[in-house]
Amino acid sequence: MQPLAHRHIGPGRLDATFAALADPTRRAILARLASGQASVTQLAEPFAMSQPAISKHLKVLERAGLISHGRDAQRRPRRLEAKPLADATKWLERYRRFWEANYQRLDTVLEELKAVQRKGDRR
Amino acid sequence: MKATSTLQVTTPSEREIAMTRVFQAPRTLVFDAHTKPELVKRWLLGPDGWSMPVCEIDLRVGGAYRYVWRREKDGSEMGMGGVYREIAAPERLVNTERFDESWYPGEALDMIVLVEWGGKTTLTQTVLYESRDARDAVLKSGMESGVTASYDRLADLLSTLD
Repeated sequence: MQPLAHRHIGPGRLDATFAALADPTRRAILARLASGQASVTQLAEPFAMSQPAISKHLKVLERAGLISHGRDAQRRPRRLEAKPLADATKWLERYRRFWEANYQRLDTVLEELKAVQRKGDRR
Repeated sequence: MKATSTLQVTTPSEREIAMTRVFQAPRTLVFDAHTKPELVKRWLLGPDGWSMPVCEIDLRVGGAYRYVWRREKDGSEMGMGGVYREIAAPERLVNTERFDESWYPGEALDMIVLVEWGGKTTLTQTVLYESRDARDAVLKSGMESGVTASYDRLADLLSTLD
């Protein structure tokens, strides 16, 4: 349920962004890259995974435009591309705010109902 | 900012949006607030400036509900409704949803689950869309608001998506 006016549909890349974010390993990789660029070897370290497996995840993230790699032929350090992720964050945040406003009103309604219930109990 | 940390929004699969929120009340009351029109009208309003002149609920399996919101500023209206599929008061409610002028294709299925512990109720609401495109259209619709989320929310996003 989201009773709002909806006209603007953003670029199709959101599909790829959310698909890429649907995996916990890929989210962990992004979290690591949020603190600075890193090589594939460095990225593979915290995971019990082979480098080819990590490379596969990196490819998905790259296709979604979430990361890019540097020119250094040896290390090819990966870095975070903030824009698509920021877009996805915005969308989720907007949705969250919409519902939080509703739920804060619901909090008020529930406080009243509890007060009525307490009054009833005392009788 | 206490209020902003209470509601979690996640995308558990490519066709779903899920929300979790704790309420300081027993679940019978939270269930009532979702199923009694005189209560629903008071909180299910969306942005400031909207009211809910129509709220009809026929609370039985196969029964219909109908909501209409109105923006006071220009009188524009938005309606939606659906049918109850499953009613297990006070713990579970499943219903379809479809907007009159929908911006996403098809129908969606809403599921509300209420778990009570120590006088508090954890509400989980999951909306399942017919396709990923439909789900993403709903998420993308937030673009209009011009909300600017800063990049330091990145860590928050990653943790809430778990």
